[in-house]
Amino acid sequence: MELNDLYRDVILDHNRRPRNFGNLDAADASVEGFNPMCGDHLTLRLKLHDDTISDIRFEGEGCAISTASASLMTEAVKGKSREAALQLFDRVHQLLTDDAAPPAEGLGKLAALSGVREYPARVKCASLCWHTLASALKAADLNSLPAVSTE
Amino acid sequence: MNNIALAETTRIFDVEAARREFPILTRMIHGKPLAYLDNGASAQRAQCVIDAVNDYERHHHANIHRGVHTLSQEATAMYEGARDRVQRFINARSRNEIIFVRGTTEAINLVAQSYARPTLRAGDEVLITHLEHHANIVPWQMVCEQTGARLVVAPMDAQGEVHLEAVVSLMSARTKILACAHVSNALGTVLPVRRIVAAAKARGIITLLDGAQAVSHMPVDVQELGCDFYAFSGHKMYGPTGVGVLYGREQLLDRMPPWQGGGEMILKVTFAKTTYNALPNKFEAGTPNISGGIGLGAAVDFLSGLDRDAAHAHEDALLHHATATLNKIQGLRIVGTAPDKASLVSFVVEGVHPHDLGTILDEDGIAVRTGHHCAMPVMDFFKVPATARASFAFYNTFDEIDRLAAGIERARKLFA
Repeated sequence: MELNDLYRDVILDHNRRPRNFGNLDAADASVEGFNPMCGDHLTLRLKLHDDTISDIRFEGEGCAISTASASLMTEAVKGKSREAALQLFDRVHQLLTDDAAPPAEGLGKLAALSGVREYPARVKCASLCWHTLASALKAADLNSLPAVSTE
Repeated sequence: MNNIALAETTRIFDVEAARREFPILTRMIHGKPLAYLDNGASAQRAQCVIDAVNDYERHHHANIHRGVHTLSQEATAMYEGARDRVQRFINARSRNEIIFVRGTTEAINLVAQSYARPTLRAGDEVLITHLEHHANIVPWQMVCEQTGARLVVAPMDAQGEVHLEAVVSLMSARTKILACAHVSNALGTVLPVRRIVAAAKARGIITLLDGAQAVSHMPVDVQELGCDFYAFSGHKMYGPTGVGVLYGREQLLDRMPPWQGGGEMILKVTFAKTTYNALPNKFEAGTPNISGGIGLGAAVDFLSGLDRDAAHAHEDALLHHATATLNKIQGLRIVGTAPDKASLVSFVVEGVHPHDLGTILDEDGIAVRTGHHCAMPVMDFFKVPATARASFAFYNTFDEIDRLAAGIERARKLFA
């Protein structure tokens, strides 16, 4: 295990300067995610236009892995359809948890998250935002979204 | 305070000899020697504790109390011998006042459900403080919900200190129970418990002290403290997990109904009526953690055999060294700066989340706790989501603290 593999430059950069960070006015959905083990929490807000994520922003408090993962996620799913975003969720989930995961080809910057797999205690940090997004995208009624917890 | 000053002011504590008693301390983590600075979460086991548990498992195991065969009698003698050791260790008047439980959490829940629940009336108050561990908050919230009593929280100041006056000013005719930490797990603050208990007693308030973080650091004399209940865990005092102690004044324990029903806690059972067993068995339904109790007894022997004044002086020197060393790190803020502290330092580092710091330190073989330390109201008070916490035992060294400081600097550079 190498720390540099966990804290790759892309992760450090997105932690330092998170993209799509802050409030989103007139969001169609707002959902909260908690990691009760460490106290990380984030609020994800998104706009949907004809089933496509036209805008997405997040805010909250978390470690570098959690912040960078959320930042990378917002960049990756903006402009994607619900279905495509959920497929991406599955691939990232596999990347984070499955040692036999296929190479991260086609995942772009998200491939930087693959180092997390070697640190089981940190997988929840990286996956919190993704679970939060999936819960919003899978919900039938965007107006009554339950909070998401990693426990 | 440095090593030399320590030697001049007190008997020298032989750290290397103490370390040799703890086999795990020779472990390498990621190729580096383990620096175990998470003693507040769970302290390590001395060889004599491991041996006592091992000896019991290999040679003496049987169920206790009712068997007439040799093993059962041996196991009973060992388990009950541990109770006697614990009684002497905290200077309880009687062995009947020592209830073995799973840990501090269960001890507090026992008091909340068996003493408080039948006693409290709507409008009564339970007084706690702001720096409590969740284990000394939630059981009281639950019993307040059940009885209509109200939970009142005494404040702490910006240093994380709880002042006697602040607690006393909230005591009234409605206050029925005062429950507070002896030592804060998240901040290290040592509370003025003797004076708090005295003030409560003068007003007829029943008192419980959460001693989970205290017993490993200082001698505890429950008669001198004057409290009605005192709760602590085996594994934070170099004993096994899954065993702990509720000390209760016999007069109160006698009056309390059993908490759980089952074997062991009965004298006679018919379908019409059950007669409960005498203390302490009344509160120990079911087969207990026998090996855990025996291991706890061995931990008591170990601690009793230590020069505790010298061990305490060494821990205090570690605290001072850590405080001075960490304060030199740019952007680091120590959370909890009360004048009277046990040997732990909670801190945050600007630009480095505690969770990331924990991972980076682990890479250097350094074990610290990161998170809210089961004290979320404390985190809210200091407006931090989490802290990193280095908590020291007498087997820790100045060098380990220097390694901690170097690790923090490394993390700062990574995130700069």
